[in-house]
This record gives sequence, structure tokens and C-alpha cells, in this order.
Amino acid sequence: MEMFDNIIFLLDSMVRLTVPLLLAALAGLYSERSGVFDIGLEGKMLAGAFGAAAIAYLTGNAWLGMLAGIGVGVVMALIHGIASITFRGNQIIAGVAINFLAAGLTVFLGQAWFRQGGNTPALIMEGRFQAIELPFAEALKDVPVLGGIYFELISGHNIIVYIAFALVPFTYWLLYKTRFGLRLRATGENPKAVDTAGIGVNAMRFQAVLICGVLTGLAGAYLSIALSAGFIKGMTVGMGFIALAALIFAKWRPWYVLWATLLFGFLNALQIRLQGVDLPVIGQVPVQAIQALPYILTVVLLAGFIGKAVGPKAGGIPYVKER
Amino acid sequence: MAEKSQNKMRRKKDAAASNIAIELIGINKHFGPVHANKDIDLRIIQGAVHGIVGENGAGKTTLMSILYGFYRADSGEIRVNDKQVKIKDSSHALQLGIGMVHQHFMLVDNFSVLENVILGVEDNFLLATSLKKARAELSRLAKEYELEVDPDALIEDLSVGQQQRVEILKALYRGAEILILDEPTGVLTPAEADHLFRVLETLKKQGKTIVIITHKLREIMAITDEVSVMRRGAMVGTLKTKNTDPAQLAELMVGRSVLMTVEKGKANPKEVKLEVEDLVVKDDIGVTRVKGVSFNVRAGEIVGIAGVSGNGQSELLEVIAGMRKPELGEVYVNEKAISSNKDDGAAKVRKAGVAHVPEDRQEQGLVVNFEQWENSILGYQDEDKYGKGVFLSINACRNEAKKQIEEFDVRPPNPRLITANFSGGNQQKIVLAREISSDPEVLIVGQPTRGVDIGAIEAIHNNIIAMRDSGKAILLVSVELDEIRSLSDRILVMFDGHIVGEADPTTATEGDLGLLMAGVSGSRAQRTTATKKDKTPGVSGSRAQRTTATKKDKTPGVSGSRAQRTTATKKDKTPGVSGSRAQRVTATKKTKMTPTNKTKGSA
Amino acid sequence: MSVRKPLPRWADIALLPMLNLLLAFTISGLVVLMVGENPLEAMRILLYGAFGYGEGFGYTLHFATNFVFAGLAFSIASHAGQFNIGAEGQAYLAGIGAIMVGLALDQTHWLLVLPLAMLGAGAIGGIWGFIPGYLAAKRGSHVVITTIMFNFIAAAIMVYLLNNVFKPMGQMAPESASVTNAGKLPQLREFWDFFGYAPVNVMMFVAIIALVGTFILLWRTELGYKIRTMGQNPNAARYAGISNSKIVMIAMTIAGVFAGMIAVNEVLGVQNRLVIDFVFGYGFVGIAVGLMGRNHPIGIALAAILFGALYQGGLELAFEMPAITREMILVIQALVILFTGAMEGLFRAPLEMIFTTLDFNKKSSEQEG
Repeated sequence: MEMFDNIIFLLDSMVRLTVPLLLAALAGLYSERSGVFDIGLEGKMLAGAFGAAAIAYLTGNAWLGMLAGIGVGVVMALIHGIASITFRGNQIIAGVAINFLAAGLTVFLGQAWFRQGGNTPALIMEGRFQAIELPFAEALKDVPVLGGIYFELISGHNIIVYIAFALVPFTYWLLYKTRFGLRLRATGENPKAVDTAGIGVNAMRFQAVLICGVLTGLAGAYLSIALSAGFIKGMTVGMGFIALAALIFAKWRPWYVLWATLLFGFLNALQIRLQGVDLPVIGQVPVQAIQALPYILTVVLLAGFIGKAVGPKAGGIPYVKER
Repeated sequence: MAEKSQNKMRRKKDAAASNIAIELIGINKHFGPVHANKDIDLRIIQGAVHGIVGENGAGKTTLMSILYGFYRADSGEIRVNDKQVKIKDSSHALQLGIGMVHQHFMLVDNFSVLENVILGVEDNFLLATSLKKARAELSRLAKEYELEVDPDALIEDLSVGQQQRVEILKALYRGAEILILDEPTGVLTPAEADHLFRVLETLKKQGKTIVIITHKLREIMAITDEVSVMRRGAMVGTLKTKNTDPAQLAELMVGRSVLMTVEKGKANPKEVKLEVEDLVVKDDIGVTRVKGVSFNVRAGEIVGIAGVSGNGQSELLEVIAGMRKPELGEVYVNEKAISSNKDDGAAKVRKAGVAHVPEDRQEQGLVVNFEQWENSILGYQDEDKYGKGVFLSINACRNEAKKQIEEFDVRPPNPRLITANFSGGNQQKIVLAREISSDPEVLIVGQPTRGVDIGAIEAIHNNIIAMRDSGKAILLVSVELDEIRSLSDRILVMFDGHIVGEADPTTATEGDLGLLMAGVSGSRAQRTTATKKDKTPGVSGSRAQRTTATKKDKTPGVSGSRAQRTTATKKDKTPGVSGSRAQRVTATKKTKMTPTNKTKGSA
Repeated sequence: MSVRKPLPRWADIALLPMLNLLLAFTISGLVVLMVGENPLEAMRILLYGAFGYGEGFGYTLHFATNFVFAGLAFSIASHAGQFNIGAEGQAYLAGIGAIMVGLALDQTHWLLVLPLAMLGAGAIGGIWGFIPGYLAAKRGSHVVITTIMFNFIAAAIMVYLLNNVFKPMGQMAPESASVTNAGKLPQLREFWDFFGYAPVNVMMFVAIIALVGTFILLWRTELGYKIRTMGQNPNAARYAGISNSKIVMIAMTIAGVFAGMIAVNEVLGVQNRLVIDFVFGYGFVGIAVGLMGRNHPIGIALAAILFGALYQGGLELAFEMPAITREMILVIQALVILFTGAMEGLFRAPLEMIFTTLDFNKKSSEQEG
């Protein structure tokens, strides 16, 4: 039974760690599908985390905090959008700049406003999102196997977790079953075709970028006011890049993004769990190997060794009505 | 001119007789300094099939793009169904009933046919209803116009011909009454082209107006009612198709511009320096552009390859220059094979004694942000005279640059000036100076006077002649027929990846060459054919050519955008196509290649 | 399509970066104002901290040394048309080479340690740059993504090595053993106590040599010509018989070697041992330095000093004005990258138009035939 409990706890941890990756990867999905490269997911998440924590602290209200996180994400996304779309600038550099901007501004403002070394003050209960108990979870807890799964794994997460997972089918529906999604995907593949069909390419891309801002802001908010109790300097620790890796690994498809981020989330949970643990035969597993696995896998994919990672054809190229 | 007033009278007559679907009056369009459309007047009768012909850069696509709302004219008036309009954008054009089938398809490759058709005209937020409606409509259109295509197939899985059907269906789905097709048969096999013509016939019977932009005279004669000829941005004239013939159209297309009379003595060709044998070349996207070309160039002669751009000349040049690897065949310089499949193949070719003046000087021949002297060593940077070992001697480079500037009269004579600041003509001189100064044995030149002003053109031509007279072998590729005619000692015409004819510049007329260039052979132009089995050495001498058409050539997607196959199956008996000078080049898999010896008037 | 000519060199190298910097500073000043401090006073403190006294100046030079290497690592790849975001990881991993040489030869002489450490660190950094270059040249993988990934992989490797290989027995902190003797690079302050405690050391001269060497490489050698041609116009490079794939691999390797020099500087010149994250973000500053310096050695030198001043002045500022942390520098750095790299159009387009108009008027008189 202990084995089972261990697994459940591990999976539970996996779910919690997957959520920011999932949200950020979906954010990147929208942006890149429209043709705008985004390596600034990390920065937007970080900024969103700060914004959410700051407002949640000041207002004592988690929902306002979440809105603030989303708002900050949108602002950062707009900067990226203006640089990439309006000014047709280099999208990679813009992303790098956003990351630094967020890293700098969050600590700077944090220190200036809260004097806690760049962190925000710890949040009280109302400032955080609390776990939600799904109906009958407590009652079913003792049902063998399924009850445990229901109680531990599926129930008992905060609202953002459920939102995040619900976003996967929603994104699939939006991208493949609606007019908006059709046009969005077309913009990333053949903007000329979109232009001749009478649809504004840049307008489409801005919409995608804004959605990206919303989702990364939400991812950040989750980190600081759901998973943790406040903003800590640099708290995204590369999650934005793992999300990017997951997106590439998932070949820019919504359901694959879910599996990819679950995989990476699992690896993260695993390496935490295995730290200092002596396994039979293998001994202590170097956790860094597991930590590095998402990145290594992405490189292998990019090198074309496990299938091709072909992104949206028009990705990274500013649209100019050329002769 | 007399023609214009004739047109005016005709216009008044016809205006009374039928409806004018589209009228363009005084359309002008500039792209920077380029005057792409000069004061264009055009009248398209409703329910007719109207052809617009012209060479590359004549301005046809620009004009139609204005009509389609992709560009806005600088000045002029557009009337649709006799009402003046200002076409704001493509959707506005569609509302007016104007639909365009582009030369390069505006399709999303990984979408299905249905998704492409509804893109931009979806009914509402949810796709399901739009898709259902489109499916029904597509089925109806398919039956009515013979435009069958699997609605759920992905574009990238369709043949080029089928993709084009999707483009047409897109326009029809949006209710286009006026259909503009831009170089529609460029990517089609003959069978697909015939199918297209049938579709167009049906559309015409249904009362649609069709405008077809092309440089292929066969199509014009086959299906149009009227044809307008454009040349260098201007409208040269509009004729009723039944009143004209390919020869006349060809002459109008290439024009009687200033005949460059270049002083040149008789050629004295010696040994073969450059030999191309059975070359087959694919482009970057895998389309075969050169389909079995063989010829040679001797020391002391200029061989000119004429042809509308897009018929394989660019790929041919690139292979000879070592920038691309051939699929089949080989290139020999002084009997040494030089083709390479490494990405630094051009170095090997240069070492073999070949210099290359590329077709696109800004794309390939120069680094425009470099100073002039840095460009004067481009391709020759490894040579010892520019520095021993790993180093570059700036002095040596700059001195050499100064010498080249002086010899070739490059202005301003400043080797430190950034190359982008030189005029087009002087940039070309820089490239020529560099290539000629390397004292090659073979010089290959593409579009030497493109974008060059009159004064420099003469100098450049004289340079080329001088090279010839000093015993170099020169291969010249140009879309300017005058240039080819005045410089070449021998002319080869390239069409659809083949050499379709060889001509003697002293006897062949513009009309003959124009016909060959447009895919129709003339009587004075020659073709000496040899079967593909004929590979005995000595056969690929100066006059032997091969026009091959094997059954492999019928695979869809093999032909490139402008390539057309000069094939006609025995089904093709459309009236009005055979004029007095037109002939059909037939080669089906059933027809054996018979050597036809038409060596009339060969040099 | 535009007929705009590129800007004259001086405008491209000096005017444009100046304008971008001005904008970056203005916005930063606004942020400073927002937190209730006086931007002008902050500027004064910053300048004083960077240049006003010996030790401060020493630190400025020390930071600048790292930034020169980082800038070169970015720029040499840029010249070949690639964005090397991986200097951070390349430098980090190169620390292995530096510390191993340092420890092994600790009892000899620094004149022996220095070149061999540079060799070792350079080799490892070079490999870490070569692999993404190879993947790009032969397998078409985008250099930006691969180098970002490699940064993280390097970090994972280093943490493992520090905890399991380099850490002496019985020590808690994940650090290597220290070099005590010849492994410590001579500090400038040993010769001139003007520099106080600043760790500026002999690597500063190596940086200067690197700058000169880069200039010679790029503008006085065949290889440099090929690199520049490739970066400007890969088609022309193909035309000229220059192997695109070879050049990309070579450029990325050289970039990695430069990044490796940061390791020598930090590990043997400052920390005297290998510690976690000793690169400290310097690799990324290189991106800003390269962009600001227009990828030219002189520009890189100036930009490196500028950022060195920013970093040192920022420390001073953080000390004097508790409301402002050194993260302000990150903000300025970010804005510089944003304006110089991504929002070029902001100033470039209007400037180009101004210059084209002026130039057009001038050219009408000196028309050529």
C-alpha cells in the first residue's frame, strides 16, 4: 500500500508542478501558431507572479491578485507584440529583453515597495487560492484505489489547476473548430494567403500575443498565489524555458502539449522525490540528470533524431507586403 | 499611335454591342523608382476570355494585383460593370465579383481543401456550419465545372493541378463573376492544362468573364477571345485573337526596341572549353527545372541562351558555377568534370578557370554592405595575390580594386565606398571587372545589363566582346532578346528546361526567336533532335541538342512555375492553334524521336 | 519596396546606439522616479561609483573584462549570422577546464597556469559552442533554441560535478578546492594599489588582446572575410565558394572559446575556486554588449566599459539608495537590448530617411554614368 501511496503523492506533485508549464506552453502555442516566436515566456511568467503576489498582498484578495497577474502578463506581451509586429523587430532579441526586464523590474519594485529583498510579503489565507474539494471526495476517500485517486490526485487542487487542465480541450476546440482558430493557424503558416483573404495579419497576431500574455500571467499568478504564498525573487527558475521546450516537443499541438508538460512535470516531481534517496542497484540517482532531461530531449528533437519538429512555417518572420 | 485611336473606335463600337466588365483608365503604379504600370488602358468585355501577354517584368501581375485589391494604383480609374470604384482590398474586390487565381497559390499547405475554401468567408464563429455548407457547394461546383477534388484532402498531398482547382473553387465559392488567372498553366502538365481550358470554357458558357495572364502564346490562341500585349510596363495593344497569330504577338511582346549594334568581328571559335552533358537539375523545392540539356561553348565564341526567365536558365547557370549540384549529367571545363555536391563547390569551379557574373548581382554577386574593394575579391579571397596564408593584405586588395575601377570606369572611383551606394550600372561593372580581371578561360554571364543604364550597357557589351576576341569561351544568358541577338555567335533557346532550338543570329528574326521562347517552334529556328540513347562522344558537339520527353515527364509537380511542356497528345485538336509559322512539338511516350534534319541556314 | 540606403558607418556605430541608450536611460529614470528617488542624484552616484575612485574603477574594469569576452562570444557568431545565446553555459562549463588546470599546476607559476588554463577553458567552451553550431549547420536546428537548452544542460552538469566530483571530502558547500598559489591570477592591485580590493586582474590584458585579435581576424584574414560574407549574405557566400556549414561551425566554436575566458577570469582571478553559478549572468550581458557595440571590437570595448560602469555603479547605488537595488541594472540592460536589438525600427527608419534625403541631394550633383 505504501508503494501506491507513494505513487499517488508523486502524481499529485506532478500535477501541481505541471500547471505552470502547461499554462506557459499553451501561451506559447497561441503566439507561435500565429507566427510570433516567443522565448519570453519566462519573463512574462515571472512578471505575472510578482504582480499577482503584490496585489494579493495589498488587497488581501486572491482573485484581484490573479487579475493583476494576468494584467501584468498582458502588458509584457504587448511590449513583445509592439516590438515584433509593429516594429517588425527581431523576435528572439525581444524575448531575451523581456526576460531581463522582468527579472530586473520584479526585484527592483519588490525591494522598493516591500523591502524584503525582492520578495513580497507572505500572503494570508484569503490572498491565496485554496484547495477545492470536489464533491464526495471525503466520503469516497476509502474506496480502494479509485477513492484514493479521486481524493488525492483529482480533488483538492486549487481553481487554477482545474482551469489549466480545462484549457487543453478548450484550446483544441478554439484552434480547430472555430473561425478564430482557423485564421490564427493560417496566419502562422501562410500570412499571404490570409492577407489575400482579406484578414488582417497583424491584428490576428496581436490577438494571439495578447492571449499569450493572459496565460503566462495566469501561470505566474498560480506560482505565487496558489502554489506558494508570495513572490520569491526569480521564482520561475527556468520554467518558462521548459515550457518552451515542451511546446517544441509537442510539435505545437494542444493535446501533445498536455502530455509533454505532464512528462516534464513528472520528471520534476521525480527528481525532487529522489533527492538523497538510495535506490536498489542504482544507488543515488544524480538528480541533475533528470533535471536536464527535458532540455536534452528537446535538443534531440531539434536535431531531427526523433522525428521532425517543424514549427509554423511563417514563424519568426515579420509580415511585410512584399512585391 | 494609330493603334490607340483604332482601339478607341473599337471601344465605342463594342461598348454599344456588349457589356464592359472591367475598364482600366490611365493606371499608374510605382514601386520606388520602378514604374511598373505606365498609363494603362484596358477594356475587358463581359463574358469573354481576355488574355494579357508580355514578358517578365512587363507589369501584368502588378496590374492584376491592383484589380484584385492587393495593391492600390498611384493614379487612374477603375470601372467595374460601368461603375467607377476604388478597390480597397481583396475582400472589396471579391464583393465586386472579382476573384484571382494566383501564380503562387495562396493556400495553407497543412489545411484541408475545405478549410482553405472557407478561410476568410466563414459564416460564423463555429466552423462546423461553414464546413458543411462549403462541402455541399463544392460538390455542386465540382459537378458543374469539372473541378473535382477531395474536400478533405490536405493541400500538401494534392498535385499541383489539383491545388489550382482549389484556388479556382475558392474564387467561385466567393461568388466571383470575373476570374483572373495568373500564369495558370505554368505548373500544369499538358493533360491538366487541357482540363483547365475545358473548365474555363464551361465557366465562360455560364457567363463568367475570364482574364488570363500568360506569356504562352499557345494558350492565348487556344482559348482567348481578345488579347492585350504589355511590354515594359506599358500596354502595347489589344487585338481580337482570331485576327492575329503567334508571330505577330511575339513581335509585339519583345518589341522593336533600340537594336544594340555592337561592333564585333567574326568569331573564330577554337577548342571546346565548356561542355554541358545531359544536365538534369532540381530547384530548392525539388521541382526539376533543367530536363536534360547538352551543349558546349568554344574558346573565342559567345553562346547566348535566350528564353523567358523561369525556364531553367537560372538553375543551369548555378550548376555550371558550382553553386548547385545536378541530379544527372555533368559539366566539363577543359574536359575536367567540375560539378560538386558540397556547399563550397563554386570555389572548385573558379579554380578550374570559370568566372561567373550572376543574374542577380545584389543577391549573389555582391555583398552590398561591404566596401567596394571587399567586393572586388569576392570569390577570390583565397588567392595568394590577396594575401599569403591566413591573412588578407588590405593593400593588395585595395590596389587591385583601384586597378579594376580604372579599367572598367567604375564611378565614383572610390574603393572605400559602400557598394550599396553605387548605381546599378556601376555595381554591375564592379562585378564584371572582378570576374573579367581574374582572367578566366570561361566566362558565364547572366542578365549582364539588367537594371543598367544605357551608357553602361555599351561598355559592358564591349567588354564581353573583347573577352571573346581574346579567346575566352563565353556563355551568355539573358531575357533581353536584343542583347542575345547582338552579342551571340550562336543562339540557343531554352524553354521548359530544354534547349528547344538553335539559331543563327544573322538569320533568325525576332519573331522566330520569340516563338521559340514562348514554346512554339518556328521554321527558321532549328531543332536537331537526337534520341536519348545517343550519347556517343562527339554527338554533343556544337549543334546537337536533345529535346527529350520521356514518360517520366508526365508526373505531376515535375514542371516548374513557368515551365510548360510543349507536348500535345493526339487528343489536342483545338482549332485556331495552328498558324502559318506555328508548329507543334510533339513528343509522347508513344512517339519515337526521329532525327529531323532541318539544318537550314546554319552558321 | 524601399530604396533606403544603409546608414553611414558612423551613424550606425555611434549615433544609433547613443539614441537607444538615451531612451533606455530615460525610461529607467522614470522608473527610479516612480519609486520615489531622484534620477539625477542616482545618476551622479552611479557615475561616481564607477569612475570616481580607484577601487570602483577597478571593479568597473573587472566587469568590463568579462563583458568583453561575453560580447565577443555573441558578436563573432553574429557576424556569421547566428544568435549565440549560450555564452552563459559555455562559460560555466569552461570552468571545469580552468579549475582543473589551476589545481593541477597550483605549485608552479602563473605564467604556466594562465595559458594552459585558457587552453583548457577555451577547449571546453569551444566544444559547447561547436555542438549547437554543428546541429545548425548539418541538421538545421535553430541556434537560439539549442544554445538556450545547452545553458540549462550545462548548469545541470556543473551542479552535479560540483556536488559529486569537485567538492573536497567533508566539505558541505558545493564548491571545488581552492587554488592558493600559482593558480591565482595576478591581480592588478599587486602592481598598483590604486585599485583597492578590486579583482581586476591580468585577464584584462587578455581581453584587450582578444579585442585586437578579433579585429584582425574579422577584417584582416581570409577566414574573417568568409565569416562576414556569410553573415551578410549567405547566397553571396555560396556564390563565392564559401562553405556555409563550415563557417557556422567555426564561428560558434570561436564564440565558445571567448566565453570560456570568462571562466578563467572568474574562477582563477576572483573566486579562486569553482562555485555554483559563477558566471552570474555575465554571458547574457554579452548580448547587450554585442548589440550595442554593433558587433565591432571598438564598440564592444566601449559597451563593455559602459556596462561595467553600470554594474559597478549599480552596486554603489544599491549601497547608497536602499530603495534601488542592483536589479535596476538588469532593467537598463533589458531596455538596451530591447531598443537596440528588437525595436531598431524606432530610430533607424527615421534616421535612414533623413540620411537618404541628405544623400540624394548630394548625389544629384555627382551623378555617374
